[in-house]
Order: sequence, then C-alpha cells, then structure tokens
Amino acid sequence: MKLTNTIKIAFKNLIKNKMRSVLTSLGVIIGVGSVIVMVAVGTGSQQKIKNQIASLGSNLLIISQNRERTGGVFLSGDTNRLTLDDAENIKKYAPSVRWASPFIQNGAQVIADGQNWNTSVYGVSPDFINIRDWEISDGSFFTEADNRVKKKVAVLGKTVADQLFPGQDPIGMTIRVRNVPFRVLGVLAAKGKNSFGMDQDDLVMAPAATVMTRLSGSRFIRSIYVSAWSEKLMSTCETEIKEAMRISHKLKPGQGDDFTIGTQDEIIQMATSTAVTLTLLLGAIAGVSLLVGGIGIMNIMLVSVTERTREIGLRMAVGARGKDILMQFLIEALVLSIVGGLLGIILAVIISLGLNIFTSINAIINVGIIILSFLFSGSVGVFFGFFPARKAARLDPIDALKYE
Amino acid sequence: MNDAVIELKDIRKKYRMGDIEVNALNGISMVIQRGEFVSVMGSSGSGKSTLMNILGCLDRPTDGEYLLEGINVQSLSGDEFARVRNRKIGFVFQVFNLLPRTTALENVELPLLYNREISLNDSKQKAMDALTRVGLKDRMYHEPNKLSGGQQQRVAIARALITSPSLILADEPTGNLDSRTSEDIMLIFKELNESGITIILVTHENDIASWAGRILFMKDGRITSDNAGKGHYRKNNGSLLSGGNGEET
Ligand SMILES: Nc1ncnc2c1ncn2[C@@H]1O[C@H](COP(=O)(O)OP(=O)(O)OP(=O)(O)O)[C@@H](O)[C@H]1O
Ligand SMILES: [Mg+2]
Repeated sequence: MKLTNTIKIAFKNLIKNKMRSVLTSLGVIIGVGSVIVMVAVGTGSQQKIKNQIASLGSNLLIISQNRERTGGVFLSGDTNRLTLDDAENIKKYAPSVRWASPFIQNGAQVIADGQNWNTSVYGVSPDFINIRDWEISDGSFFTEADNRVKKKVAVLGKTVADQLFPGQDPIGMTIRVRNVPFRVLGVLAAKGKNSFGMDQDDLVMAPAATVMTRLSGSRFIRSIYVSAWSEKLMSTCETEIKEAMRISHKLKPGQGDDFTIGTQDEIIQMATSTAVTLTLLLGAIAGVSLLVGGIGIMNIMLVSVTERTREIGLRMAVGARGKDILMQFLIEALVLSIVGGLLGIILAVIISLGLNIFTSINAIINVGIIILSFLFSGSVGVFFGFFPARKAARLDPIDALKYE
Repeated sequence: MNDAVIELKDIRKKYRMGDIEVNALNGISMVIQRGEFVSVMGSSGSGKSTLMNILGCLDRPTDGEYLLEGINVQSLSGDEFARVRNRKIGFVFQVFNLLPRTTALENVELPLLYNREISLNDSKQKAMDALTRVGLKDRMYHEPNKLSGGQQQRVAIARALITSPSLILADEPTGNLDSRTSEDIMLIFKELNESGITIILVTHENDIASWAGRILFMKDGRITSDNAGKGHYRKNNGSLLSGGNGEET
C-alpha cells in the first residue's frame, strides 16, 4: 500500500475516535510541554544569574582567600588571609589593574534621628564605585585619604537614605552603626532591584579601614575586587595579580598559592552550576512523564488492535499484507505522538510566554530542546506503537474474521 | 480443462486441538471452469468454510495441490498470498464485515487501497461504478448503520467485485437475510456470473443453491455429490433460465 494511503487511513481512524485520540495524546502533550517549560525555566534562571554577575562590573576579577583544606583543617592561618596591604600591593605591582578595592560586608543596625534600619555595611575603597558602576547622586564619595586615616564617614544607598531621613537631606547628618557615629558624605544613585528581586540600594558604604577597626574588629578583608583596563588584558591581569599576591604574601617558589583569583566566567559557572543541575533534574522528571505518555499510547493501541480485530482480518482478506497492517498501526501511534508533540510545543510556548509576562519567573525557550523533545515524542510513538502494531500484523486473518 | 480457474488435487486439512486431530478436509479433488456458478452445501461441520478459506488463499491445506488459474499457490509467500487475495479473489461474508463509521464508497474502495497501481481518483471512480452495479448509486455516502442488511450485503458484493476478480467466494451470503432480500442478492450474483465471473457460494438453503449451475454436497470433509443445478429460475418474475451459464429464453 502507498504510504500516503496508510497515513490517510491512520488519520481517518484517529478522527473517528476523536475523544480517545485526544486523551491518548494528552500524555505526550503534557510530557513534551513540561520538558520544554522545565528546561525553559531552568535556562531562564541560569540567564538571570549570569546577568546578575555580569552586572557586578566589567572586566572584573575577584581575589579571595584559598579555602583549600587538608584533612578537614583550613590550611590558611592568619598569615595568609587577605589584608588591606594585599589590595595596595595589587595596585602597585599589577599595571594592568585599573581599579582595586578591598571588600568587607557586615550586617548592622543603623540608627539616625530616632529611626533605625537593618542593612549591610560595605567596607570598600573609592575604587569600588568605579568597579561596580555606582554613581553618586548627592554629595560626594569618601577619598583614599579618608580611608587611610580611618575617618568615620559613610555614603548611603538610596533605600537607607529614604528610611533614615525621610523627606530630609542626609548630607552632613550623623548615623550610628553599633554606637559608632558616621558622618554622611553622600547618597548613591538608585540601582533598583536586581533580577532576583533584591533591593540593591539597601546598603551603606564606608572606608574599609574604618569598618575593620570600628565595626568588625578584624585585620582581614573578605575579598579584593579588581577591574582590568580592558577585556584583552584580563589574562595578563590575572598573571600580574598572581605575582603581586605571591610577593605580598611572601610565598617561596614551590609553595602553592594561598589565594584564588575568580574571573567572571568562573564565578558565573560556579553560580549557575546548581541551576544547571536543577534544569537537568526537572527536564529528566518531565522526560519520565513523556515516557508515561508513551505507555498510554501503547495501552490505547493495544485496546484498539483488539477492538479492531475483525477490521484487521477483513483488511487482510482483501489483500493487506502483514507489513501494511504493521505500518497502519505504527503510523497511527506515530501520528498520536507527533500531534501530541506539536500540541505540547505550542502549550509550552504559551506557558513560557505567560510566565514571562505575568510572573517574575524567567523562561527562555530553547530551540534545541523543542527539536529534541519533538524527536523524542516521535520515537516514543514508534517505540510504544511497535508492539501493538506487530500484534496486529501477526493476526491470522481467519481467526481475526471470526473474532467476536 | 484448459480454462480451469480452480484445480484441487487431494486437498486435506487437519486441525489439531490438543490430542484430538480433526480432519476438516479429507481429500478433495475437483476442477472449476471459468464462468461457473457453483453452490456448496452440506451439514454443519462438513468442511465448507474450511474449503472456502483454502480456495480464498486465507489458509493453506495440510496436504494436496491447489492450482489457481494454473498457478500452484502453495509455493507462494505470505505477501504473494495477500497479493493473490487482492487481485484474483473477492470475498462475501455472512456477516457483511463492513467497516463501521465508514461510508459505503470507502468500504468498497478498500481493496484498491492495497493495490499500488491504482490511483485514488481511479479507485473512487471504480467504487462508484461498483456501487452502481449493485444498485446502490444513491447510497454511496451512507454508513453501514444507515443501511439495511440487504443493502449492506450489496455493498460487500461491490467491494468483492471492485478488483475485477477471477473468483468470488461467498460463505453463506444470505444467511442473515430474509428470503425476499436473499433473492435480490442472488439476482446480483446471477448477473455477475452472467458477465463472466466465477462464483462459489456456500449455503444451507436449497432455494439459494438452485441458483447455481452446479451443486456440490459435502460430508465429513469429502465431496459426496457433484450435480448440475436443478434449474436456474428467477422466482420474482417466474421466467426460467436455460441451462449452461444462463442465457435467458
Ligand atoms: N481453527 C480450527 N481449529 C480446529 N478445528 C476447526 C477449526 N476450524 C474448523 N474446525 C473444524 O473443522 C470442521 C469443519 O469446519 P467448517 O467451519 O469448515 O464447517 P462448515 O461446513 O463451514 O460448517 P457450518 O455450516 O456450520 O459453517 C469442524 O469440525 C470444525 O470444528
Ligand atoms: Mg461455515
């Protein structure tokens, strides 16, 4: 029999049993749809994290203390933790470094004028606002000199300014952080919420040296933010920083680094690795539902073969070969799964659009996954359709015609 | 002998049911010439349907030789068997066996779908012609559940003759019909036979059998008598047909 005839017959039979066909395809529709949506949501959150990290600043490198352990004990004693000197040395010995700033972060209650507010206090150097692309909207930022003399000055994020000094000009006012008074020099321009919905303006910046002595009471800093002069210089910059840090920490040749230099790509990879795992997991779970959809097709096809035993016998009597019958049922299964797959794709696209428009969930439709899940649904049809189809093709025409 | 459609030589068919062996056919030998109209009679279980299945290439004998238009069909593969059924044989069943929820036209077209050489357009035209021939021109788009039993059987006959087969095999085609409708159906068979198609028809009724030019009696898997028909008459207008293959007098 011609293939076009077979396809035509398959479609006719499926249309004759509209309700059943739709219900059978539903398994595949949901399977394909959920695979695509899950992967889209996963890809979307990866993208969010990437954007977030990219927004940290351009040509960014972050130096942090090496957390490598031996036998469960941190190797790094006090001597090889990061200090303000390390930041200075990087600026001194690494010419491709444009800006470098120490970084400390402390959560603290900030009080002013009867108002109080819980926020993060950053200890940084003036380079920090260049590295992280902050602007000053009011007043000024503190200077290197302020940093050196540990002046008790601060710059407020917009949110903090609004909370502590509603309707007032905060410049020149005093805020108290753990009972230490800081004079407000300026207010940062608002950045708004980041892609995770976190308020980026909820912070206070103060000279790193001041924060260390007055607030955290520690000689050490958490990390050093560095910006290279250009993208091209990134790898040069990394080598230079490595050298500078080894000099700063007085490491002998043969001794391993006691610090790590994180490039933006590495940070992105680290941060997205959980999202990638999650995407794969969600996709796999959705894949199982697609498999279940396939079993649904097999189930219905088996019922259909039994119900249509007489029809099969008749078709054989009027000249259908075993392979014609096999093809007919195989194509019916294939049509169910392919149509189901197409509807699943449409459903997934609609749901993804809906998520993007009506929720804060970011769903990015991946063409590769669409093609993959479509092909997979087709294979599901062939795979699960084959057994019932073969059962039909192997019927004996006489028995089939006598079937009650 | 040179224009034999069917030549059977000592055909035997055994069924095994556990330990019991049933000899459904016990050595059948016969020749049926082109253009014959043969009735097969015999009590229930005498092997009529078994014989028809073998003649229709739906089943293979356990033993013996079957030549269909000179071709030894035992040597054919399963696919070739299907092809023979498709090109040379038309079946008519007691229970009509039409596809439900499928128009008369599409039911009739069915065998042509399995013939690669015929286009869809041609097959539709042929199906229309076949339906016209059995007098159902105005019922082409009816589905089986909207047709009477007699009309359904006429659709089935149209389906059997659409491939212009050498042979039409009908196993109790009037078994489910009243006597009036049976006559209409027999009239159609008669006309087909007059146009040259060989017909073999199984029946339990003498009235039906007597439409044929030759009547075989079977008993216990053997042919016990092989006679010319009693006379070929048309009850509906009372006129008698002469012997042979039905020239009207
Ligand atoms: N598939 C089978 N397996 C076992 N025995 C069978 C099978 N088909 C037929 N028989 C046996 O073969 C014998 C002939 O059966 P067949 O159907 O040919 O009879 P029949 O003459 O057509 O009877 P009826 O007039 O009732 O239709 C019967 O004894 C029957 O039981
Ligand atoms: Mg019978």
